[in-house]
Amino acid sequence: MATKRTIEVELSTSGLTKEGRPQRVPLVTKGTLGGDTGVALAEPPSLELEGEHMLINIGPQHPATHGVLRLVLELDGETVVRCIPHVGYLHCGFEKIGEYRQYNQIIPWTDREDYLNSIGNNVAFALGAERLFGIEITERCKVLRVIAMELSRIASHLVWLGTTCIDIGAFTPFLWSFQERENIYNMLEGWVGARLTTSATRVGGMAADIPDKWLEGLRGFISTFPKTIYECDRMLTRNAIWVGRTIGLGVMSPDEALNYGLSGPMLRASGVAYDVRKDFPYLDYETYDFDVPVGTNGDVYDRYLVRVEELRQSVRILEQAVNRLPDGPVNVDDPRVILPPKHKATSEMESMIHHFKNVMEGPRPPAGECYVAVESPKGEKGYYFVSDGTSKPARWRIRPPSFVNLSAISKMVEGHLLSDVIAINASIDIVMGEIDR
Amino acid sequence: MGLSKPDAGGPDAGGPDAGGPDAGRPAIVSVEPTGGEGWITTRLDFLVNWGRSNSLWPMPFGTACCAIEFMAAAASKFDLARFGMERMSFSPRQSDMLICAGRVPFKLAPVLRRIWQQMPQPKWAISMGACASTGGMFDNYAVVQGIDTIIPVDVYVPGCPPRPEGLIYGIMMLQKKIMTERMSNKSLRNEMEPDPTSKLYIPAARIDEISEPFGNSVHQTRSAP
Amino acid sequence: MSKFEIVRPGSGNLEKPVTPKNVPNRGGEANPSGTALKEQFSTAVLRIDVVNGETTVLVETSKVLDIVRWLHDDATQSYEYLSDVTAVEHRDLSMPIEVVWHLRSIKFRRFLRLKTQLTKGAKLEVPSVWPVYKGADWLERECYDMFGITFAGHYDLRRILMWEQYKEGFPLRKDFPLRGRFSRSEQLRQALDANPEAKYSMEELNVADTFEELPLDMRARIASGEKTGE
Repeated sequence: MATKRTIEVELSTSGLTKEGRPQRVPLVTKGTLGGDTGVALAEPPSLELEGEHMLINIGPQHPATHGVLRLVLELDGETVVRCIPHVGYLHCGFEKIGEYRQYNQIIPWTDREDYLNSIGNNVAFALGAERLFGIEITERCKVLRVIAMELSRIASHLVWLGTTCIDIGAFTPFLWSFQERENIYNMLEGWVGARLTTSATRVGGMAADIPDKWLEGLRGFISTFPKTIYECDRMLTRNAIWVGRTIGLGVMSPDEALNYGLSGPMLRASGVAYDVRKDFPYLDYETYDFDVPVGTNGDVYDRYLVRVEELRQSVRILEQAVNRLPDGPVNVDDPRVILPPKHKATSEMESMIHHFKNVMEGPRPPAGECYVAVESPKGEKGYYFVSDGTSKPARWRIRPPSFVNLSAISKMVEGHLLSDVIAINASIDIVMGEIDR
Repeated sequence: MGLSKPDAGGPDAGGPDAGGPDAGRPAIVSVEPTGGEGWITTRLDFLVNWGRSNSLWPMPFGTACCAIEFMAAAASKFDLARFGMERMSFSPRQSDMLICAGRVPFKLAPVLRRIWQQMPQPKWAISMGACASTGGMFDNYAVVQGIDTIIPVDVYVPGCPPRPEGLIYGIMMLQKKIMTERMSNKSLRNEMEPDPTSKLYIPAARIDEISEPFGNSVHQTRSAP
Repeated sequence: MSKFEIVRPGSGNLEKPVTPKNVPNRGGEANPSGTALKEQFSTAVLRIDVVNGETTVLVETSKVLDIVRWLHDDATQSYEYLSDVTAVEHRDLSMPIEVVWHLRSIKFRRFLRLKTQLTKGAKLEVPSVWPVYKGADWLERECYDMFGITFAGHYDLRRILMWEQYKEGFPLRKDFPLRGRFSRSEQLRQALDANPEAKYSMEELNVADTFEELPLDMRARIASGEKTGE
């Protein structure tokens, strides 16, 4: 008959250090293995390990780097001693091309740099060009542009949420957020004809007015979207794994954050309440009633909370915008910039000449320069135009928020573990198209 | 002509014994004494091709906006999992198909080449979007004018970005192409090697020829109005 | 976990900001920092313009770092935030290259543009503002990469968007053609020559700091003067 033997294992301490981490202790068995032998297992490893630092390379092709980013990490075991980011793997010469295109022809390029916020970029570009030209847009156009910007803010934050969850290990919110993005895509496709790269604005107005019944679709979205936010929130915000993976990582104090030029949710999570919509407003944002969430700790968890709250605030702005949309023309009535309607262009001589000049030569602004910044989902997005009076800009500069935000990564990951690098990188919300242009 | 892999030989081409590298070698089991393709090899080809085309594991080499449409194609609405592509393999060594989604600048070209070399045969490539196929709207100093100058491409999916339905159409076209392959056509699995002197994969004159601007594009390289 | 004090913008400026309307091309409302700069650095400030509502101050190249430091440190100016560093080359090739800094004061809700001009025949060099704003790090590297302007005092000025051995030149200069100087096949050849497995370049590691910790074969290669790759 086999006797049942048990081995009792006694731990010499409670098992947790004072920070709450598991403590490594030797296990001593109470010797029932054929006698009172008291088998002691191996010595615990000493805390001071001799060794060399390891240089590892993440990217440029790697699913967790949100595009073609290359990080060279110098590791001491699993702890990052130094991080050297390499960018430029998506550099496509946007600013150079901008010097060879008329103002309205540059708009498709603005879609493709920050491709998650394409209609927002279109609006930002149009605002800058209109300041340069000295044009005031119509009221209807302003409200439509606010709707466009907030929809694209929601769309961009949804991608951020989905990809961050995948990086940290949760796959389901990715599917939920992309399903909501499909709803936004349907609306954008109904309005401008394209899902992702919209090219929706023109200098002086929009490419097209919203079709009939579009607002009902938007109202439907506004009523169903908060439920998705609630579901994601419920799944993640008080989830022990999520909190454990994100609390305390990548902390930036407010002074450091300002000095590094961070903007957007990165800066607000660090405790600086700077939002371009509130501080340097455009499109009458001061007349909308919304809050700007500001974090307190500057870590990855706070950035997550800030962005989820921004989703809710965007829905709030959308409700107000939908209710106040005035009737009237979308495009400004200025034949020097706006193409005439087709039936006039083919029948009246004057309209035909305007059409010809606008298409072949393009509208010409007065000489000067202008910098207009908007609050993109990534941060302060600015377009700087220098015009010499011709129809193509002498210099078109994109101020990329993700570029400046990413430069702080070497500071943020020092001392963290390798898997934290991925989480911190995800929290910056980078878009390589914007970084490399 | 080295732009794409040699023709697999559609249903109209002759069997593998017709002048290919296996000319003269008898098939495994020859039921027809006429020397045409054996019945068992045909069934075996069908089985292998059916297995390969319905379980392609894509390696998404996603760079820009097309990568977002690729992700949308993989998400719930245009599910790619029903095509057997549930597992997006981000390691090239465990994938069959490279989907190059997005623009490829010159700085990224050696990386793309290296990833392609790391993929084991059999492998196929889909060039998704206008920028991967021809350089797209980026006809400038920084962008490779079509990844077919670097790797052999099987299917080109046009669009900027292509809708997920367009990508699925391209994938189905690749599946049809795989179904027409013959196991005995060993040249299908040749690796494209660079020319040792010029280190390029297709002749330099050909690269220059296909990268030239065409049509009205010459107007767009003028900066002054 | 530390808790920060929330920094509220506009604490130095009691007016509520509004969307600017009908901004005139010239002669709008000037930023008070312009006149303050003129009082503080009289000879270094060459010109103050207000174009499209934005105040642009043209300064002498040698005094840029002092001016930027004063704008950052002074309590009445408090420009804590550097938005952008970039350069402009005009189509009229006889005009000098301008280097432009965009500064924001979060406390006073102000925007200021600083400019300096570099004549083309001479060496294109400006002082770096990296000692004052860490955010200028990559912005200045990009400016160097695209224009060839060296920023004196930057700790690690090397190319960032193009690869480090890029031979064609500085892309955003006006004498650089849109499609590049070399033929497409030549560009591809040079690109493919770059070794994608070079995990680091020897120049970028701050060798003095980490030499002791590097593996022995790496130390040997650095000592033998090998330049790139692994």
